[in-house]
Parts: sequence; structure tokens; C-alpha cells
Amino acid sequence: MTATTIEPVDYDEAIERYDPVLGIEVHVELGTATKMFDGAPNVFAAEPNTAITPTSLGLPGALPVVNRTAVEYAIKIGLALNCSIAETCRFARKQYFYPDLTKNFQTSQYDEPIAYEGWVDIELEDGEVIRVEIERAHMEEDAGKNTHVGGATGRIHGATHSQVDYNRAGVPLVEIVTKPIPNTKGRAPEVAAAYVRTLRDIFRALDISEAKMERGNVRADINVSLRADAEAPLGTRTETKNVNSFRAMERTVRSEISRQAGMLDAGQKIVQETRHFHEDTGDTSSGRPKSDAEDYRYFPEPDLVPVAPSREWVEEIRSGLPELPAARRRRLLGEWGFSDLEMRDAINAGALDLIESTVSAGASAQSARKWWMGELARVAKDRDVELEDLSVTPVQIAELQGLVDGKKINDKIAKQVLLKILEGQGGPAEIVEQEGLAVVSDESVLTGAVDQAIADNPDVVAKIQGGKVQAIGALIGPIMKATRGQADAGRVREIIMEKLGVTG
Amino acid sequence: MTLMPSIGRDDVARLADLARIQLSDEEIDRFAGEFDSIMDAVASVSEVATEDVPATSHPIAMTNVFREDVVENTLTQEQALAGAPEAQDGRFAVPQILGEE
Amino acid sequence: MTDIIRRSAAAQATALSTGEVSSQELTRAHLDRIADVDGDLNAFLHVNQDEALATAADIDSRRAAGEELHALAGVPIAVKDIVVTQGQPTTAGSKILEGWIPPYDATLVTALRKAGLPILGKTNMDEFAMGSSTETSAFGLTRNPWDRDRIPGGSGGGSAAAVGAYEAPLAIGTDTGGSIRQPGAVTGTVGVKPTYGSVSRYGLIAMASSLDQAGPVTRTVEDAALLHELIAGHDPHDSTSLTDPIGAYTAAARSKDVRGLRVGVIEELEGDGFAPEVRARFTESLAQLEQAGAEIVRISCPNFRYALGAYYLIMPSEASSNLAKFDGMRFGLRVIPEDHPTAESVMKATRGAGFGDEVKRRILLGTYALSAGYYDAYYGSAQKVRTLVQRDFTAAFEQVDVLASPTSPTVAFRLGEKVDDPMAMYMNDIATIPANLAGTPGISVPSGLAEDGLPAGIQFLAPARADERLYRVGGALEALLEDAWGGPLLAKAPELAGLTGGVK
Ligand SMILES: [Mg+2]
Ligand SMILES: [Zn+2]
Repeated sequence: MTATTIEPVDYDEAIERYDPVLGIEVHVELGTATKMFDGAPNVFAAEPNTAITPTSLGLPGALPVVNRTAVEYAIKIGLALNCSIAETCRFARKQYFYPDLTKNFQTSQYDEPIAYEGWVDIELEDGEVIRVEIERAHMEEDAGKNTHVGGATGRIHGATHSQVDYNRAGVPLVEIVTKPIPNTKGRAPEVAAAYVRTLRDIFRALDISEAKMERGNVRADINVSLRADAEAPLGTRTETKNVNSFRAMERTVRSEISRQAGMLDAGQKIVQETRHFHEDTGDTSSGRPKSDAEDYRYFPEPDLVPVAPSREWVEEIRSGLPELPAARRRRLLGEWGFSDLEMRDAINAGALDLIESTVSAGASAQSARKWWMGELARVAKDRDVELEDLSVTPVQIAELQGLVDGKKINDKIAKQVLLKILEGQGGPAEIVEQEGLAVVSDESVLTGAVDQAIADNPDVVAKIQGGKVQAIGALIGPIMKATRGQADAGRVREIIMEKLGVTG
Repeated sequence: MTLMPSIGRDDVARLADLARIQLSDEEIDRFAGEFDSIMDAVASVSEVATEDVPATSHPIAMTNVFREDVVENTLTQEQALAGAPEAQDGRFAVPQILGEE
Repeated sequence: MTDIIRRSAAAQATALSTGEVSSQELTRAHLDRIADVDGDLNAFLHVNQDEALATAADIDSRRAAGEELHALAGVPIAVKDIVVTQGQPTTAGSKILEGWIPPYDATLVTALRKAGLPILGKTNMDEFAMGSSTETSAFGLTRNPWDRDRIPGGSGGGSAAAVGAYEAPLAIGTDTGGSIRQPGAVTGTVGVKPTYGSVSRYGLIAMASSLDQAGPVTRTVEDAALLHELIAGHDPHDSTSLTDPIGAYTAAARSKDVRGLRVGVIEELEGDGFAPEVRARFTESLAQLEQAGAEIVRISCPNFRYALGAYYLIMPSEASSNLAKFDGMRFGLRVIPEDHPTAESVMKATRGAGFGDEVKRRILLGTYALSAGYYDAYYGSAQKVRTLVQRDFTAAFEQVDVLASPTSPTVAFRLGEKVDDPMAMYMNDIATIPANLAGTPGISVPSGLAEDGLPAGIQFLAPARADERLYRVGGALEALLEDAWGGPLLAKAPELAGLTGGVK
């Protein structure tokens, strides 16, 4: 077909000529103890086909019963996304045949989601805030996992057969669907990733999921369409399935915009279809055209009765909601007195929790920020690890800063102590003690060192006494050297001035 | 009332595809011959199923039937796979899956 | 030992408790009877002699040890093959499940095991309970003990024939549109469809989830009450299970008092289409009740005429979905087509070869009724008719305590007579279907001999959750008629009259 020969358009050019519209469906696996409809454990890694009951294996005769905690978590998500919570809603069967579906239908919510009509504000790197409208959040169950055997690199194409593990079958999911997200212009890729990151942070704050992207706890389907301009009707969209990292989301949106622009430039129609993102090439490829899609034959699940959360229950859940990430940032910004830029840097570095813990362990906000965004950020970068994975705790950082503030050690020594902490040599006070790194506070030692320096440097002394007070620095160096860096430079300066009879 | 379109061979073949049932030509012919009269006989429901009548999907109305989030007995891998037409490495072995990634 | 099997289950239980007979002897007597007659009748698909005798031995020793036992402990029972039994094959009468041994028990089977009823085996049925004649079983038809060229009713013809032929004193049936009551009527036995949700559906291989209900198949009303009390009760594994306390069914069956009871005759269910002698026995039965002090009232249920249409939309729709899991991937039959089998082609080949005609017919009709564009006209409209049928019941039960009609329009028809005419077959359920649509309970008790000297049944219907009324009126009528006949109707069965031994 001609489609394969059409070249994608350069991204910046595409954005000049077309207005992209996004739509994002996010699936989050809930961190309940058991599955959505049965008492099988909801576990990530287990021997295949052991975390199942007759219900999650879809055996003849087995029946579903709704997990109350899963409903509560779904309501929490709905409330956190400013949705209305349905007075009554139902499950339906979405019917299609696929070997990872034990019943050949997925029990999901169709026209009656538990939460609907909400919004969430997302903040981009430069501080711009975009409001994303949420259409609905509904409850459903996950499918089992296919392993493809016999083909290259475990892919479906070329596989001779597949193996199915149903441990994941029936794990509770909440699917969150946005309304079309317009007016993102060239920032569409960033918006897609920022939206999902915002949801991920909310899931973690709500404590309803571990929300680990790399485990597939959070998965996104990204819809992209182009139109001539913001006034034009929506164009035909494609849906790229299961994009599971923030970087992949950005790349998916970029490549779809370029590809669709190429098609439209060439006078081709966009086919409404599902597509797949390829990590290796950064491209998407065509899956099934939607026009051939199954007729899902939805109908209300007759084995389950309606879920009608009482208003009392909803309000009880609302009043128990934790502080959400956006509110927390606003609060911390006020409390800490950071600049907007400092705050954004801390968020982007994943340092917010660490700084907050350090502050609550007694450090000032600015000193905590200085440590985590300075020396520790540098070490993390060198070692290519996340800040939170460094082997130092916020409490230790606060303690270290306490030693500096108490003039027990100086900044330079503190950095040495930090490295030793990271090497696992102990806590800050312990290391200072063991290594004898405390500031030299014995006045006779300091006075002796000052006397020696004055004797060794008569010309410098003459300059100082001649009025060039800033020359004192040339005496301090040798003194610090003599005390292995452990002298308090301020005190040394005072002693020199006393001895030479000058005033600063 | 609405007049339902008749169900021909093509429709039966499409339904069989959707329901994943291999049918012989003879079966397709026979079902195509029967379905119109069956659907005609049942279509009378739309005579009385007016806008103002609510649907009943459960004969005994109930809401909010939940289970607590507590782990129950599971099947062993051996039990799970005992009825499988084919098993491999503790998993159900199924023929190659085409189509979706 | 031949006379003991002709007694009612209650009388057998008495014989056990007085030590007249042991459970092993009683169970052996039934196994012998099965060995004698079932080669011809084919009421059983599977007989589990070892398990039944082991249970019997256990009960005998527990009784000898003075343990407090359930009233029916040691009385054997047969179970319809749609109910899953751990360790015993369960096929639902279908080739697609041939050889499948479930790894779990249905909740009602757990109750039977706990009470110590030896399970003789699994009874024949129309494939997946789809039929009214037990002719669609993949494992051969079942014959009517009254006339071996006639159908035993369906889908539970195996359970009714087993009880009618003294192969088992008790059996479990399931009733989606009349599959307990209609076989009861045409075999001269008693069948009860409890209120929907009275008996757990967990472990019943679902045909139509919102209509299916398990219940007792027995020779006396008292036996049905005893068995109903045993298998009823709330099950947390079935979301539609009622939480009501179990009613005093046995006491109601024994009360035999209908003074002041208002019995409504459903005008729509006694005219055209009902055989003259069937109607005559119905009218005579009502006269008996009237003489005993009941009040007979004529009642119109105008929407019942739409019930059959609604049923034949809802049932195939739900069945098409419930039967999707039979795909050759996880259990049961797998048929591998030649050249290049794929999951999809294997599913198609397996379902094409594994399902019989009637199952295919209903799956296709259900698929059609649920498919895009037809849902509202078909499934949606049928669910509205359900509301109208319920309203008719509600209005009727404002005037009367129970409703009555002939159970089935005719006596048992000849084998093969309707098997190629689906609409004629569907008409058998005209009187039984409204109760399934509305979830209300119903009982069929023998009303006498009608056309060709074959048994007919009278059906009583009560409001949801008022199952006691059925046992009250059923028990009273049974006593009145047996007085008139000089014994149970079954004693007149020609095929069985030649047997030695008396009646109860
Ligand atoms: Mg999607
Ligand atoms: Zn989904």
C-alpha cells in the first residue's frame, strides 16, 4: 500500500501546519490484597497459575463478587480527579475472544462508570499549568499474560505458540479516560507525559497502587489526531496501545504527529486504528483497523448487582483523602520560601519528598535543598541512580547539617563526611568522631598555628598592617593546612586580627 | 413497531464468526432458514416495551453486594492445569495468536 | 431391599434412623436399581459407586457412634450434570466438556456432602440445559419411565427420570425456563424452582445467569421441602444469593391445610394450546382444593403473552456470553484444524465440533440479539417485558396467595417429535417461563393421568421469597389427590408396576 511510502513530516513543520488533539486512557492496577471479583491474591511475581481461584480462571460454574476495597479505591481516584461519583452504576461484559481472557469477555463498566466529569491540573516543566478534562473513570479487570514462544525476541509475530499465565487475570484496574485535550500545540508530547506523571503521583499519594511504570502498574493508550486549526472539527484519531514509560509517551506523540502530517500532506486519509509503539525505532506501527474491530456486544453483567455508593460513604472517603501532590506543592512553596524555579527543579529531580523529610528532621529548607539539589544530585548523576536510591537518609542529612550549624565541622569537612556516609561508614556524628574530623577548638593549638604563620610570612604581615586587611586570606591557607582543614576559618581570622592589632 | 431485517446466509456466517463457531454450509443454510421465524416470534416484545417501562436485569433487586478484600484458598498449579488440553512450564499452552501485539 | 427404594426420601431417612436399614444397604439398593434399569433409561451420565458407598459407610459409622446427623444423612441423591462436582466428571451434557473433572464443588454440593448424602452420580440433561426433552444431550437421550418412547421432559429429564424410576429418592435439578417443573409434570414427580437467589448458583454451569435456579426433584412435596431446606441459604460466592433466613418449608409441606388460601387461576395459561385432559386434571385439582377450603379466583396476567418472546431473547443472549469460555484453551475439548492452526481457528473448530445444534442455534441467536444496533430492540425490550411480567405478578398477588396453571401444555410427547422444530419445542415452556423472568418460585406436583394415560402436572406460583406457600398448597393437594387415587400417581406407571414390593 501507499501508506508505507509516505515520509513523515519534520515535527516542527507538522506543528506549524496542524493542530494536534490528544486523548489519553490510563489503566492503573489497584494495590488491593485480592483481585477485583475473587479472593485470589493480587501479587506481582508468583509461580505461574498459582494466584487463581475457579473464578479468576473462568472455570464453568464460578461466579464473581465485587471487592469492596477496589470500589473504595476507584472512588478515591474519582474524587482526586474532581469527578462526580455515580449514585448507582453497573458492570457490563465486553465480549471478544482472546486467549488471555478466561471468560472471553472482560467484566468492565460501559455506559455507567463509577466516576465521571472531572478534571486535573498538570504543570509543565516551565511552570505552565494545563487543565485536562476527565470524561470518566471506571472499574474493570486485567487479563492474563501471554508469553510468545518460538518467534524472535518473544514477539507475537513468528511465534509458533503461546503460553498463558492467568495470575494477572482479574487484577482490579481503574481506567481513566480524558476528554479530547486541545490547544497543546507543539507541547503535545510533553503534555501527554506530564498528564500521566501527574496521575502516577496522585495514585501514589492516594496509596491505591504502587504505580510502578516498569511493572506495568500504570499503562497508557495515547490517542492522537490532527486538524487544520483550533476551529476545525476533530480529525480521525489513532490509538497507540500500552505505552508504558514517560519517554515513550513523548516519542509516541511526536512520531504520530509527524506520520499523520505526512499522510494528510499527501492527501491521504488517517485510518482509525490501534497502533503499537516500538522502543527500538521510536515509531508506531499499525495494529488492527478499528473498522474491523469486534462488535463487543456489551450487556449488563447478570452475575453482579449494581454498585450504589451511599453519599455517606463517598463523603467519608472524601474526608479521608490525603493531601494531593498539587496542594502539597503549593503548601511547601509557601512554607519553604523557594523560588518557582527552585521548586520545579526539586520536583523534576524527584527531591520533594527527600527535602521535606530532611526539613522535618530539623534542617532548614534552604540547607536541605542545597544538599539534595547540590552535592547529592551530583553524586546521583555520576552514579546514574535516582536520588532516593542513594544510601543516605534525610535524617542523616539533617544531622550532618546540624553539625555544620553547630560549628562542629565546616562545609568542606561536611562534604567529606557525606562521602563516607555514602560509602556506608556510619552516621555523620559517628564518622566525625571516628575520624577526628571535628573543628579544632583548642585555642592554644590555633594560637600556635597563627604565631607560626605570622613568623613565616613577614611580608604578608607587613601588607596587612599597612592597611590591606584582605591579605589575611594568605595567612589562613597555611593555618588550615596545618590543622588538616579542621580549623574554624572565622575564629582563625579573629585571632590573626587580634595578634596584629588591626580591625576589619 | 420496527420491522426487523431478515437474517440471511451472510448474517449467519458473520454471527458464527463473531461467536467463533465453525459452521458447515449445511448448517448455515439451515440456521438461515430458521432464524427469521424465531426472531419474528420473539419480536412481539417491542410492542409493549415502551419508553416509560424500566428494564429489569435482575429478578430480585439488590445493590452493593461486596466481598471483603481478604485472600481465599487458591487452586494449585496442578489443579489449574489438570484440565488443560496442553500445558507447558506451568502455563496453558495455546496455538499461535495472530493479530494483536 | 426392592421395597425400600420405593419409599419417599423422608421414609428412607426414618428407616436409617431406626436402624431398619444402613446407608450402605440403601445406597447399594439404589446402585443395583440403576444397574438394572438405567441401561435403557439413560438417566445417568456417570455413576460413582465407590464415592457413594464410601460416603454411606462414613455416615453409618458416624450414626453408630451416636453423632447428631442431618435428617437426610445417608439418603442417596443424584445431581444434574450441570452442577460441578470435585472429582466427578461434569459435562453439562456436552461433548465440549467430555472428560473434564472440576477442581472444585458447587456450593450446593458442599452442602450435600456436609449433610452426608451419598452422591450416586450425575444425571443426563439437554446439552447445557438447552431443551425441553433431554434429546439434545451429546451422550444419548433419556427415556420416560412411563413410556420409553416418550421424552422425560427437559432439560432435567435425567433427574426426573431417575427419581421417577426409583433410581434415586432425591435429585438436584436446575430451572431456567421450566427445566425442573416440566420434567416433573411429564414423569409424575415433584419439582420446585425456588425463588431466584434462594439456592446458590456458585458451581452451576451457567446458561442464563439471571434466570437459572437450582432446586429439588423428588417424589413427594415433603421430600422437596427437606431438600430445599438443605441446599438453600446465603452464599458469599454468589452476588445474587439472598440473605433471607431459610423458610420452614417442611413444616408447610406437612401442614396440609388450605383453608382460606386464595388460589388464582391464570386465564392466559389454561386455554388454547393446552391439551383437553391436561386441562381436565387441572380443573379437578382446583376443585379438590376448593372443597378443602381454598378460594379459587380467576386472574388475568395480560403481559404473560410476551413472556415467551422475552425469554427467548434473554436466555440466548446470556447463554451466548456464558458459553464463550468453552474455547479449547483452558479445559475440555480442543480440536485442531489442519494446516496452520491459530488460537482463533482452534477456537472455531473446537466450538464447531464440540457444540450440538441447539447450543449453536442459541449462541447465534444471542449473538445476534446483543450485536450492535439490535440491543435495544431485542435484549433491552425483553428486559422491559420482564418488568411488565413482574408487575402482573405483583398485581395478582395483591388478590391471591398463589397462582396456578397446568405445568406443561401436554403430556410427554414422543421422542423425535419436536426435535427439528425449535418453535414447537420452545412452546413447552409457555407456562413455566414467567416465574423465571420474575424470579418468583414455582412447584409442579402431579395432577393425574391425562392423554394416553400419561401424567400431567399442576403448577403453583408464589411471590418471591414466599416459597413456603408452594409447599403448603402442594403438600395439601398431593394428600387430597393421593386419597382419591388410593396412592401415589407413580404407582400407576406401567413400566414400573411390574416391580416387586409395595408403595410407601
Ligand atoms: Mg483503550
Ligand atoms: Zn480498559
